[in-house]
Amino acid sequence: MKRLWTVPALALCSIALSAFAQDGGVFDQYREMLGDDSPAIFVIDEGEEYWYAPAGPNDVSLEACDLGLGAGVVEGAYAQMPRFFDDTGRVMDVEARLLHCMVTLQGRDAAEVHAKPYSGRGDMGTEMEALVAWIADQSMGSPLTPGQTHSEEQAAFTLGEQIFYYRAGPHDFSCATCHEQAGVRIRLQDLAELPNPEAARDIATTWPAYRLSQGVVRTFGWRMRDCLRQQRLPELIMGSEASVALQHYLSVKASGAPMNAPGLKR
Amino acid sequence: MAGRIRVRAQLSDGVTEVKALMRHPMETGLRKDADGNAIPANFITEVTATHNDRVVMQAFWGASVSQNPFLACRFTGGAVGDDVTVNWVDNLGETGTGTTKIR
Amino acid sequence: MVGYEESSGLSRRGLLRAGALLAAVMAVPGRVWAAVKRPDGAFKAEGIDAALASIASDAAVSDQIDLETPDIAENGGTVPVVVNSKLPGTTRVAILVELNPNPLSAIFVVPEGSDAYIETRVKVAQTCNIYALVEAGGQWYQASKETKVTLGGCGG
Repeated sequence: MKRLWTVPALALCSIALSAFAQDGGVFDQYREMLGDDSPAIFVIDEGEEYWYAPAGPNDVSLEACDLGLGAGVVEGAYAQMPRFFDDTGRVMDVEARLLHCMVTLQGRDAAEVHAKPYSGRGDMGTEMEALVAWIADQSMGSPLTPGQTHSEEQAAFTLGEQIFYYRAGPHDFSCATCHEQAGVRIRLQDLAELPNPEAARDIATTWPAYRLSQGVVRTFGWRMRDCLRQQRLPELIMGSEASVALQHYLSVKASGAPMNAPGLKR
Repeated sequence: MAGRIRVRAQLSDGVTEVKALMRHPMETGLRKDADGNAIPANFITEVTATHNDRVVMQAFWGASVSQNPFLACRFTGGAVGDDVTVNWVDNLGETGTGTTKIR
Repeated sequence: MVGYEESSGLSRRGLLRAGALLAAVMAVPGRVWAAVKRPDGAFKAEGIDAALASIASDAAVSDQIDLETPDIAENGGTVPVVVNSKLPGTTRVAILVELNPNPLSAIFVVPEGSDAYIETRVKVAQTCNIYALVEAGGQWYQASKETKVTLGGCGG
């Protein structure tokens, strides 16, 4: 089993530090006390195991899965997503791509994966969360460079931007309602001014993340879904055009910043 | 996945610091899942840290120790290359273990 | 042997497991292990007064106990706690969370040769005092510090 040691080991010490100077520094002491002992390490190992474990009716592993850099190439793959894939003719995020590989390589039923991709209360983690954690860890330190040259990638950025500013639902919320201004917060949590590349860089490079409040690793796609849930909008489907577009919009804004995931969040 | 412990042991100025991170739900038994069913209590009740088979820390835990729990302790008399092992047992009788060598 | 007879109520599997841990503990020479068995009752005590009483009837405040907890915890489910006792002859350290339904969170038994230093993470239901109780030289002492607990973001 391949394991990239040097880059994650060097970057490990930066996990806690990247969270400093946010939220007015009010949680700096808390973060410093947590140090770099993040339970994400277990989830990363579990993700690696899932990747190499035969599954589905075809009883094969995900080793031949092409995440954009060639079949089986995982190192650096997370950092170049979302991106356009020729074989599917669409822009995909890591979850959409994993689902594609689960269906085409392993013969699994897409509906089954969609039924429970993310942990519920009392769960210790799902296969998808673990895979994304490991794959993101394999991009630790790599600059985030989502695809921007293909017309579909540009269309995804435009769609993501439209969704970001689109007011809907019973509260007439858009992402921008909370995330368009600088210097605002909810309770003690800073609200990132997401269209600003500086803010987008902090956000897009630290998901997936171990969520202390939930005891599991959550993906970027899950975070988009949970934002929409809080806006009282319909459920955002994993790997859907809308989910990918939102992540793509934020990833492009963050373009060039080094990946630092799995991160550690409240 | 079950029973995993990541143990680190660092020697400095004669004192070995042990840091152990454990994989465990530490479920209190008071929570309900999405369907409204009670999630059964499942938490580590006892932890032991040993250095070359000598106990250097013993801990009794309740369910209010955090999920995926952490323990750090320190002892003297360790040398680089010595074994440090951490063991736990939970309320359901399951066990976990992890070991490392002092650096 | 203290503790071994008390575990006779367990099943054979339970006895073997308890025995394995106890055997490791018993290997320490020349020391009476008064706290080898987990004090289940103390963990079930409700309310801080009952929980404190289940550990010690009397615990004087001591400035020789370094208790470190965050002033403000980003999440109440994972609150780091460090206790470093400078009291000579420290044998046990207990951590209690004042407003948790069952305040006793953890008890540590410190063998000879080990520093009276422990660090762990506990659940804190709401802003309140975190207590460190330390047994040293046969007496109990205490220190406490408030930790504020915040609710994150939109409520989740």
